[in-house]
Amino acid sequence: MEPSTSASSNDQWDLIIQPQRSLFDLHLGDLWRYRDLVMLFVRRDFVSVYKQTILGPLWYLIQPLLTTITFTVIFGNIAKLPTDGLPQFLFYMSGTVIWTYFAECLTKTSNTFVNNAHLFGKVYFPRLAVPVSILISNLITFGIQFAFFLAFMGIFALRGSEIRPNVWIALSPVLVLMMAGLGLGFGIIISSLTTKYRDLRFLVQFGVQLLMYATPVIYPSSSIPERFQGLIKLNPMTPIVETFRYAFLGAGSVHPLDLLYSAGFMLVIVFLGAVMFNRVEATFMDTV
Amino acid sequence: MSHPVISVEHLSKSYRLGQIGTGTLTNDLKVWWARMRGKPNPLLKIGQSDHGNREGETIWALKDVSFTVEQGEVLGIIGRNGAGKSTLLKILSRVTAPTSGQVKVKGRIASLLEVGTGFHPELTGRENIYLNGAILGMTREEVRRKFDEIVAFAEVEQFIDTPVKRYSSGMYVRLAFAVAAHLEPEILLVDEVLAVGDAEFQKKCLGKMGDVAKEGRTVLFVSHNMAAVQNLCPKALLLVKGSVSSISTTENVISAYHLSQRKTDQIDLDDFRPKWARPYITAVSLVNKDGIQIQSVPMGEDLEFQVEFLCPEGTLLHKPVLGLVINHTTRGSVAGVNMRMTEFNYPRNSFSAGKIIANLQDVNFIQGQYSVDFWLGDGSIDVDAILGYLRFSIEESDVYGTGKTPFSHFGVVYLNPTWRICLNE
Repeated sequence: MEPSTSASSNDQWDLIIQPQRSLFDLHLGDLWRYRDLVMLFVRRDFVSVYKQTILGPLWYLIQPLLTTITFTVIFGNIAKLPTDGLPQFLFYMSGTVIWTYFAECLTKTSNTFVNNAHLFGKVYFPRLAVPVSILISNLITFGIQFAFFLAFMGIFALRGSEIRPNVWIALSPVLVLMMAGLGLGFGIIISSLTTKYRDLRFLVQFGVQLLMYATPVIYPSSSIPERFQGLIKLNPMTPIVETFRYAFLGAGSVHPLDLLYSAGFMLVIVFLGAVMFNRVEATFMDTV
Repeated sequence: MSHPVISVEHLSKSYRLGQIGTGTLTNDLKVWWARMRGKPNPLLKIGQSDHGNREGETIWALKDVSFTVEQGEVLGIIGRNGAGKSTLLKILSRVTAPTSGQVKVKGRIASLLEVGTGFHPELTGRENIYLNGAILGMTREEVRRKFDEIVAFAEVEQFIDTPVKRYSSGMYVRLAFAVAAHLEPEILLVDEVLAVGDAEFQKKCLGKMGDVAKEGRTVLFVSHNMAAVQNLCPKALLLVKGSVSSISTTENVISAYHLSQRKTDQIDLDDFRPKWARPYITAVSLVNKDGIQIQSVPMGEDLEFQVEFLCPEGTLLHKPVLGLVINHTTRGSVAGVNMRMTEFNYPRNSFSAGKIIANLQDVNFIQGQYSVDFWLGDGSIDVDAILGYLRFSIEESDVYGTGKTPFSHFGVVYLNPTWRICLNE
């Protein structure tokens, strides 16, 4: 301990607990100090989910595979939706894997406060550690599933399907970041609101489901009638999914302006979410 | 020279009573929309005045609390339920934010109330040590350094790579406690209320607290147990209704506490009185041989209850009859008796005020929490009752002289057997 001579000066205190903190003080420094905790949360989520299951981590592959097969059968073969000339399997798989990352980030972070009430009620750590760890553990899942997708891409390419990966692939880290941001932003806004309004939790369940149908996951945006084009472009996920697909499979379209719109949308949502989260975290223990 | 490590300055914390908002988004939006157009609240029933769904009623859990704690000081914090003790600890441990005022802290704060927080049943002991350590604010490196020590302290070496859901509850608590005990904070917060239920564990907590204090670190100890506060804390702080009522030597503060409790007791009694009862009873208490109010009795000792009564004006009791039923908090009623059953010779035939003392011998209750219902009657007519107000605990003691005590899951009374073995030869 350093010697303290005059106790009255403020700079000698390590911590000052005060009521309403500045709206924008997000404790990012604290979050960095607790980075070990974030990584341990990631590890916990990863390890605990598939313990005591027979197939274990194989589930990471089974989930997208089954979804893709279902989509291929229902939307591809029964409903006969167009796929921009791409092999149906690859078309649906790309959509599923990308969409799952966004959807998982959103639904899991939206439960932050309610699911961790017992923990938050007893001990302080930067609350953002929980949603951030969710983003990271889902990123790992996404990585596994995307590698799986790439493997299928390779198989289809070897068998002579027309797939044209192109230079837009370089943008994919940014696209992942944008999805993470959108998922986080929406998720923490909802988690902040659910401390007051429990009904939002039910909305999230099917809201995300509905949003998928408003995103070109199971259909290419080129198949949308002209009058709905504007509407579908309001959805910030549309350009991301489209660009992803274009970059890896070479079909569809890329509109840089739409991407900028998505990026801007993402920044606003993350900012809004962070401010709301920050306000709620100080006092939510009194309302839950 | 003084080294304040905690400085609490005009700290206040308010809670809103009842629901905040209307609870659902649609209703809140309706209220908001009506307000925006200058219309009255659409959800209010006609004739109801608008005291504002948003404001609600506020209560002050802490009001303008100021004090400082010096380095190495062991400060007891006492007060009745709801006096703000736990709120104060919650603010200090940053679980909730104050409404106004501030607290300045030097050094790391940790509390023993979070033992086992964040333990995940599917993870192994090793994984949980790292996770729990990180939640409590240790870095991975710190945990690694203390890892062997923690494992040895918890005595779980063999099971360190087993999921904790397979641990016995004793192992689980030992491991959880070991992590918290090795945190080595400069300031330790202990809330005894949260440690009840496991006497062994409580002793360990108190022991650890004593060690920490001896090492010159600062401890804040919240407790109902006056004996523990007196033993461990040279100085204490009394909270009454969210304000600091006194801060002084523990002895002074404890007597102030007893004084404040006596004053408020009578108001409280009304909450435990059934509707038909008239206020005859003014005080009920459990006392020791010297007539001093106590809250716990060792197993095997007599129970002595005192019931004071004062007849409402214009009434008298001719044959005051006291009846009592003792309840175990989880197992229900255990035993009861009244004065008419056992016969009693009254020294006179009318009473306007007095005290009835019930001494119960050979009470073979097992350790646990109990409450008492009292009835006061005149002859065979009940006039007053105080139900469940008085609570006390029976504490474990060596009734068999063997160092082994009956298990609390056996029931509510312990037996005094004489065994015989007859051999068939």
